Amino acid sequence: MNFPSSVRSHPQRTEQIILFRISGQTFAISSASVQEVRSVDNIAGMARDLPESHLRKVRHSIRRGDRTLYVVNAAIHFGLQPQPASLVFFLRRTRTALLIDGIEKMTTMTRLQALSLAFQGEERNWYRGLTTLDQAVIPVVNPEGFLSLEELTLLEAAQFSADAHLASSEIPGAHVQ
Amino acid sequence: MTAASETVLQSFVLLRLGERRFALRASQVAELVAPSRIFRFPHKSLALEGVILRRGRMIAVCDISEQLTGTRLDTRRFNLLATRKYGPQLDWIAIPVSGECELITVEMMESSANDSPHVDGWLSHGGEVIEVLRLSALTPGPAEPLLPAPLHDFAEARS
Repeated sequence: MNFPSSVRSHPQRTEQIILFRISGQTFAISSASVQEVRSVDNIAGMARDLPESHLRKVRHSIRRGDRTLYVVNAAIHFGLQPQPASLVFFLRRTRTALLIDGIEKMTTMTRLQALSLAFQGEERNWYRGLTTLDQAVIPVVNPEGFLSLEELTLLEAAQFSADAHLASSEIPGAHVQ
Repeated sequence: MTAASETVLQSFVLLRLGERRFALRASQVAELVAPSRIFRFPHKSLALEGVILRRGRMIAVCDISEQLTGTRLDTRRFNLLATRKYGPQLDWIAIPVSGECELITVEMMESSANDSPHVDGWLSHGGEVIEVLRLSALTPGPAEPLLPAPLHDFAEARS
């Protein structure tokens, strides 16, 4: 019987991370996972409403090239009290645009410890693990953990409905039955 | 062979949660440490409070007092660091306790089918009958299968 191998330290490996805030809580994300950072004001004109979204954390989408990204309110995702977001992370290799309150700093982590096996809830998808910086424990988010496949399916349906509604409103004489 | 020679003495750590005393197998207890800062972050494992840092390791904190005594601990004197089985793996978990702990060596009476799932056995010590706790039934994670005592021993010997 063994302790989880992931708790063994790998001091020689380092990873660049961005520390960011959501509702007063600090999180970390690998900087390699963040494709772009934009201000909320900057994307306001690009965002489209998703009125039929069944996900409280997603109310808007953004079209970028041939892909639709979904704007995820990170505070609601984590069950925190939502505050006005100021920045958006466009996450690489995902369909998530993440609303956050602000960036604290960029730094390097030398060790990532897997979440204790006692954690059995959704957090196992939310986080890659925990790291320590200046004697504080910081959860390192999993960029793919913000939208599950089931949630993406729901969002695609909501997007399809929004697109259809938009198309019908743009056709002269078209009526919603 | 006499009945007395068949008794198996085992070591247990007695711990206090509020007014009551409980026991854990000593083999499960790694350390007893002073309470330290609990780092909290969003999660959905309601029984867990967060994690503490101990020698560079982040250990989940689980107050089991409410399940056992009906009230949460108002004073914490120590965190008892215990090992907990998760299938084939072991991980540490920190259990806040409210008083001194004591190491004793006694014979344990096996639990019966009528006992609560968290009762691994019973000790008689100092005029008290004390529950030996089964952490897998009190902390989040997969529960260990409850087998009749002889099979349970067999399973333990194989693990």
